[in-house]
Amino acid sequence: MSKIYVSTTVNGRPEDVLCEAHQTLLDLLRDEIGLTGTKEGCGTGDCGACTVLLDDRLVCSCLVLAPEAHGKEITTVEGIADSQDGLHVVQQKLLEHAALQCGVCTPGFVVAAKALLDKDPNPNEETIRYWLAGNLCRCTGYDKIIRAVQDAAQELTPTK
Amino acid sequence: MAEAANFKAIGTRPIRPDGVEKVTGRANFGADLNLPDMLHGKVLRSPHAHARIKRIDLTKAQAMDGVYAAISSADFPQEVTSSLSKNILARDKVLYHGHALAAVAARTPRIAEEALDRIEVEYEVLLPVLTLDDAMQENATLVCEDLRTNDDESSPPSNIAASQRFERGNVTKGFAEADVIVQEEFRVPSAHQGYIEPHACVATSNPGGRVTIWCTTQGPFEVRSATAGVLKKTVSDIKVIPSEIGGGFGGKTVVYLEPVAVRLSELTGKPVKMVMNREEVFRATGPASATLCKIKVGAKKDGRVTAATAWLAYEAGAFPGSPVGPGCMSVFAPYDINNFLVEGYDVLVNKPKVAAYRAPGAPQSMHAMECAIDELAQKLDMDPIDLRLKNAAKEGTIAPYGPKFPPIGLVECLEAAKQHPNYVRKPSEEVGRGVAVGFWFNIGMQSSAEVNIAEDGAVSIMEGSPDIGGSRASMCLMAAETLGVPYETINAHVGDTESTGFCNLTGGSRTTFATGLAVVKACEDVIAQCKARAAMTWELDVEQVDWKDGQAVPKPGVNIDVEPLSLADIAKTMSRTGGPLLGRASLNAQGAGACFSVNWTDVTIDRETGKVDVKAFTAIQDAGRAIHPAYVEGQMQGGAVQGLGWALNEEYIYDENGIVENASFLDYRVPVASDMPMIDCEIVEVPNPSHPYGVRGVGETPIVAPLAATSNAVRDLLGFRINDLPLSPPNVLAAIDAAD
Repeated sequence: MSKIYVSTTVNGRPEDVLCEAHQTLLDLLRDEIGLTGTKEGCGTGDCGACTVLLDDRLVCSCLVLAPEAHGKEITTVEGIADSQDGLHVVQQKLLEHAALQCGVCTPGFVVAAKALLDKDPNPNEETIRYWLAGNLCRCTGYDKIIRAVQDAAQELTPTK
Repeated sequence: MAEAANFKAIGTRPIRPDGVEKVTGRANFGADLNLPDMLHGKVLRSPHAHARIKRIDLTKAQAMDGVYAAISSADFPQEVTSSLSKNILARDKVLYHGHALAAVAARTPRIAEEALDRIEVEYEVLLPVLTLDDAMQENATLVCEDLRTNDDESSPPSNIAASQRFERGNVTKGFAEADVIVQEEFRVPSAHQGYIEPHACVATSNPGGRVTIWCTTQGPFEVRSATAGVLKKTVSDIKVIPSEIGGGFGGKTVVYLEPVAVRLSELTGKPVKMVMNREEVFRATGPASATLCKIKVGAKKDGRVTAATAWLAYEAGAFPGSPVGPGCMSVFAPYDINNFLVEGYDVLVNKPKVAAYRAPGAPQSMHAMECAIDELAQKLDMDPIDLRLKNAAKEGTIAPYGPKFPPIGLVECLEAAKQHPNYVRKPSEEVGRGVAVGFWFNIGMQSSAEVNIAEDGAVSIMEGSPDIGGSRASMCLMAAETLGVPYETINAHVGDTESTGFCNLTGGSRTTFATGLAVVKACEDVIAQCKARAAMTWELDVEQVDWKDGQAVPKPGVNIDVEPLSLADIAKTMSRTGGPLLGRASLNAQGAGACFSVNWTDVTIDRETGKVDVKAFTAIQDAGRAIHPAYVEGQMQGGAVQGLGWALNEEYIYDENGIVENASFLDYRVPVASDMPMIDCEIVEVPNPSHPYGVRGVGETPIVAPLAATSNAVRDLLGFRINDLPLSPPNVLAAIDAAD
């Protein structure tokens, strides 16, 4: 089968990859580029472990075909922490609140929560819960994740 | 309550040592490893719930370009006839929809999947047995034709693999003394553990017969022995390297893929990676037993229980081994009852072989008992907590399962509940509230730990318990407390089967207790060595040296004027005082200490749709001592939400042929963030005398009480009981319609 040329930007750097037509964006990231931070929990868009940003849109990368990423900008969990400034506030607050147990859903939550705060820096609890409803966590019961995101929002935009 | 304790590290909430790796995507889980020249393995699974395999023809799959091997059970040692070996690849019959029966290794996952389609299988489809009621009938279709109850050769073949019965006192007399009696039947469906990370491994075998397995598991040493057993190897042929583990909850205590990957690697000479997809996880791993529990409880007018009986039937799946034993042992565990009778049955059905799921067996049987106790409270017009206090087990009570309870915290949890503002604040009219208690035995078992001191005094712990929920942080806190050094100078590592001493699996809520005990003792070994080095430096006897706040000091009264020597000071000069500082401990921990909880659920019900919404949930639990309270709360909250999911929505749906109809996270709906409220926690501390810091396991108890607490809340609001779970919209709506 002939391969398809896919030219993308991943976490700010150009990545040119040859893909097969059936491969997903998740396959491209994990198997072709070696970015295994994005996890596969279901392959059917139900768990959110593979959440990435595609041109600033939150997507399940298991539901996007790799060739669809051509010409697009992708942000994965590996692109959230800044090499100069260290962890993003969402990552820091998840750690401080002990908001991860096994940690396999965490990359998806990091990407999704950062996207929320970029869009709405001061979300209420209900907004956070509905925004993150596409990300399954089986360990924490969500309580500490929600509190961590609330705390991150507070740090980004302290109430006057 | 907790004795006054003056800890520096224990009870604080620092960031876990592996945290940065996990929030940045660097941590490597089961599916994250790739090796050079690696092949990909895939499994062919049965489309039938019950069928005889008349023929498997692998030749067309083997002939495909890119396929390196295709195997069936014929490629495994035939003299091994364990359930495990037959579950990994079916022999003469497939026993459930999803039962593995062949596997291939190919250059890419895509080619491997295409090769599965070329495997030809001829089946003789048989009638499946799908319910406890059908399976337990005389003349039932047999899942296993030569299985006899309790291996009794004189009895006819049966689907009942085992039965058990234990009793105390005289139940006939006890019920005769009762003023009120409650008698009900309860069904709980199968639920899956639902870990987000599917099973995954990479195996490589070299021509000398040495095998290395990287995998996601709760117990690398158990993977080693199980794989060795199936393949007739010795354990020393196999090295198992655990990856980070993306959830297990009991479901990653058994092997499914590893022996198959090893066999494929042996045949191809290349590393073989195998990763399940989510449908395979649902169809072929886990779940927890579906159960039928019949309970009868009698009590005096003052609430004192006079007698209780339990009849418990647990689905084992296609092979013997449901957790009906712990179900029987836990059903009456919270109560001091003089007259009881418990009967349990382990029943085969054409469904996947069940696996442990968080307090295996207890949620189902205790759901039944805690609902019955709630009915008793209704009949007696007593507060449900007061009724439980009246009968609660305490230190000295002979547990229904035999031993005398050492200090336990049930009464303390009940008292804390009564005073809790969430309980004192009565629910409004449109809100129902239900209370239940939870329990788990906890286990000790074997653990090892090494504590290495670097030349700068940094502490490195090596142990063998896969970190499934922050246990590295607990190990570091206990080491910090014991050694008297800052938490930040300590790191903890989970070793492989050849880099650390033997360690049983992360399960039974044993890690913080038992592996923690090994870490404490290994630290004490380091302290003993440090005292000896200080004594040598100061030319004193070792008995004249103390260890205080992380430093060696001369004991009071020893007449010498020296500066204290810190761990870092001693480490700096260790090459001159005897070489590296390395503390070790290995043990078989005894006295795990039972863990009790009290939960209550506040719910509303939409009478148009039957949807139950959890408005508030409060969990109170005895942790013995909370080493890292945030991770103790995490266990309580996570277990609560798993229990709420089981109570409200989660179930396997089978058609009449035994085909699983909801093998995806879309159709098997676990709770999402918008379904749940905050989970309020209160940690009670009744120290466990068998641990230097008082630790009890906390991981499993949290899933037990939410099932009945939620049932009881729905009962409170509707005014009648729905006995069976889940309390899903269609079930609740049907019950409301039937009651109208």
